[in-house]
Amino acid sequence: MEVFFYIAAVIAIISTIMAISGRNAIHSLLFLILSLLAISVVFYLLDAPFIAALEVIIYAGAIMVLFIFVTMMLNIGLEEKQEKSWINPRMWIIPSILASILLVDLLLALKNMPTVVVGKQVILPKQVGISLFSTYLLAVEIAAILLMAGVIGAYHLGSQKKKVLHRFLEKK
Amino acid sequence: MLSVPVETQILFAGILFFLGMIGLLVRRNLVFMLMSIEIMFNSAGLVFIIAARHWNQPDGQVMFIFILSVTAVEVAIGLALILQVYHHFKTLDVDAIHKLKDE
Amino acid sequence: MKTLIALIPALPMISFLILVLFSGKLSRKVAGWIGAGSIGIAAVLTVIVSVDLISALPEIKSYQITLWQWMSVGNLSADISFRLDSLSLVFCFVITFVGFLIHSYSIGFMDKDEGIIRFFAYMNLFVSSMLILVLADNILLVYLGWEGVGLCSYLLIGFWYKEPENGTAARKAFIITRIGDTAMIIGIFILFLSFGTFNIQDIMHLASAKWVAGSSIATITAVLLLGGALGKSAQVPLQTWLPDAMAGPSPVSALIHAATMVTAGVYLIARTNVLFSLAPIVQGFIAGIGALTLLIAGFSALTQHDLKRILAYSTISQIGYMFLALGVGAYSAAIFHFMIHAFFKALLFLAAGVVILVLNEEHDIFKMGGLRKKMPAVFWTFLIGSASLSALPLVTAGFYSKDAILWFALSSTSGGVVLWIAGIVGAFLTALYSFRMIFIAFFGEAKTQPSFQAGYLMTIPLVVLAVFSLFGGFIELPASLGNFHLFSNLINQSLPVVGIKNVEHLEWLFQLISSLIALSGIYLAYLFYYKKPVFIDSFNHSKIHHFFEIGFGFDKVYDILIVRPVVWLAEIDKKDFIDQINISISNMALIGNEVLSIAQNGKLRWYLLTFAFGIAVILTYMMTK
Repeated sequence: MEVFFYIAAVIAIISTIMAISGRNAIHSLLFLILSLLAISVVFYLLDAPFIAALEVIIYAGAIMVLFIFVTMMLNIGLEEKQEKSWINPRMWIIPSILASILLVDLLLALKNMPTVVVGKQVILPKQVGISLFSTYLLAVEIAAILLMAGVIGAYHLGSQKKKVLHRFLEKK
Repeated sequence: MLSVPVETQILFAGILFFLGMIGLLVRRNLVFMLMSIEIMFNSAGLVFIIAARHWNQPDGQVMFIFILSVTAVEVAIGLALILQVYHHFKTLDVDAIHKLKDE
Repeated sequence: MKTLIALIPALPMISFLILVLFSGKLSRKVAGWIGAGSIGIAAVLTVIVSVDLISALPEIKSYQITLWQWMSVGNLSADISFRLDSLSLVFCFVITFVGFLIHSYSIGFMDKDEGIIRFFAYMNLFVSSMLILVLADNILLVYLGWEGVGLCSYLLIGFWYKEPENGTAARKAFIITRIGDTAMIIGIFILFLSFGTFNIQDIMHLASAKWVAGSSIATITAVLLLGGALGKSAQVPLQTWLPDAMAGPSPVSALIHAATMVTAGVYLIARTNVLFSLAPIVQGFIAGIGALTLLIAGFSALTQHDLKRILAYSTISQIGYMFLALGVGAYSAAIFHFMIHAFFKALLFLAAGVVILVLNEEHDIFKMGGLRKKMPAVFWTFLIGSASLSALPLVTAGFYSKDAILWFALSSTSGGVVLWIAGIVGAFLTALYSFRMIFIAFFGEAKTQPSFQAGYLMTIPLVVLAVFSLFGGFIELPASLGNFHLFSNLINQSLPVVGIKNVEHLEWLFQLISSLIALSGIYLAYLFYYKKPVFIDSFNHSKIHHFFEIGFGFDKVYDILIVRPVVWLAEIDKKDFIDQINISISNMALIGNEVLSIAQNGKLRWYLLTFAFGIAVILTYMMTK
């Protein structure tokens, strides 16, 4: 079992690195999908099969498809040269240093973590559903409103606006 | 039963998070920046799942579902904005878009 | 009834505040009517209060009202309090009544101007300050009004600020009057140090009790107060600002630079007459300055080409007459001439404003000509104004007021023949230049076409003022002609009566002389400027003509004596120690700007990097604690 976790983790990390360092947007997105699939394996191993399914269906499926559509609409795949000129090795230094500092911080925090042993068991989707629609009902409502706002916002922003002239410049 | 220590699991999530952060800081292309944000969101969700298993509570998974819906909205709006930016500036270079005002 | 006094200056102030605060929301018409209406109501209130006060005379000499305490520090205290006696009553009446006519004229005059709301706001502030000046009970409040009118004068001269010359003229007026104002505030300090109070009545009583006539402190104080009066009233040597002040709109010239503000000096001297009677040298000096000013300004007016500059010099000259009267102690004559002058000079400026407006900003009288037929209403009113200005005998108000001054210049105990001769020559000059304007601008061939006819809003005030310029004089008739002393009886309630030498039986003779002088001036104007003999051309090109035209070269002298040395000093002192400190402060601000603007460069990735940096710092701190 542990072997699967480590394999999935390594695949996820490597494909994520490929995704963020790639030049071609489509390739990066495919690597990202690979990473998400690997993470969904981890979810499964962490006794959350329902979440693993959601990860595949919504993340790797819906959201990434949205990305790919937009990327294709923008024809970014053809701009590798430009992408190359935007990234030079020096730019990686400072963010990498910052990230490694934070990683060290995380390690320190993990070292100090108290060990609590709770009996492990699979959490079934039923439990999640009951919790979702009882304890977190209000949050669900808010999430629904947020999704609605997202739909309207995306529609509004996505529509190509007509060029509006000032009323003095309009032709009568 | 998976017997990987919980610290290792969180470390894995942390590495993913910091990779996302590096991507966000390094890339100039808006699409890649949005992808990096997705990676960071996802790793945050991963920590919730790890915690849910660690404490044996369904709440972590509930949180993941919320993160999922927020991510969905964020991606939809973000991509729509990217389309508008590209339409308007004819580029996706975030450094070229530094006029925070109406044209 | 007494509380109404406070409303008189308050109404224009309220209107000013309305116009300033709601300037964006008011329409131009409404703004005009608010501006003029508030003055109109103030005028009605003034009449009501005046009738009340006059019917109470002579038992009650003044109404007094204290609104609130203005300031109180140690033994220094000043109230916002008003006092209405017959002197301030006359001034209030002129300010509100003439002010109302000028405001309603302005509705028509400024109709096309984009800054009409600003204009009425300034005008209302001016009227309010002027009313505070004349109503104030303590000298500090007088000074507040004094500075208020100075400010409004500055704002209104530079009203059309887009022309740089107008701004220069405004600054000139402000700076030159400031010289006088500085002298005046020092005088006020001396008064306060000596008597420990600002109240004018108390000061006057204490001064006459404590100070010896002719003592040096009384003389110094009187000179300092006189300095303020000279600056504000444009008398020699501080007269140079007034001709340039004509850069403002014509209603401004009419209200501020003819009818009211420039006579504030007359008011000040009349109000503090006790101090001047304690300093007989200064009082004689006032008469001398008045005589000198009226001659200089008269000669200058004779040679100007600009219609409004002629009127400006004429104003200086007429105020010179008032100073002459003040100098010989004939206060009621001075105030009488002030009132009549306000009528006819406002009329002349308003009529000139119409002429200039309909001729599309043409100021040069030699380019006008033949306007008599083109705009009869303006011609007749202008003619009446000029006749009153040149003291046409018997029929005009100007005759009675000027004649009174000339008579007292001779007959007063402190008067003399020299002053009288100066006055007579001035009267001759006045008649000459007044009718020079008439003959050149309104007679002869037409050289320009009026672009439109003035509306009723502009002509009705002219007619009203013309009526007053004709008949306003009949409230005060000299002993030889009717012997009717309504006005001087009123004024003498609050000001001392002039002492007269025993020559009263000769008054008719001197009246005859001054009448003949005025008539001969008009006739000579007819000869010179209508018939145009040859020698007038040669005079027009002579050096003396040029000397008169530049106002006796005062500007040049001041430029050489004061302006250039000061500029030279400022030039060599450009980078002194203090400046270095100031420059280093500004440099520090610039460096700070450069450093901090890195944080605000609008680049998203930079912001993200600083986010991440901040998180790293905070987390590292938390972990290593």
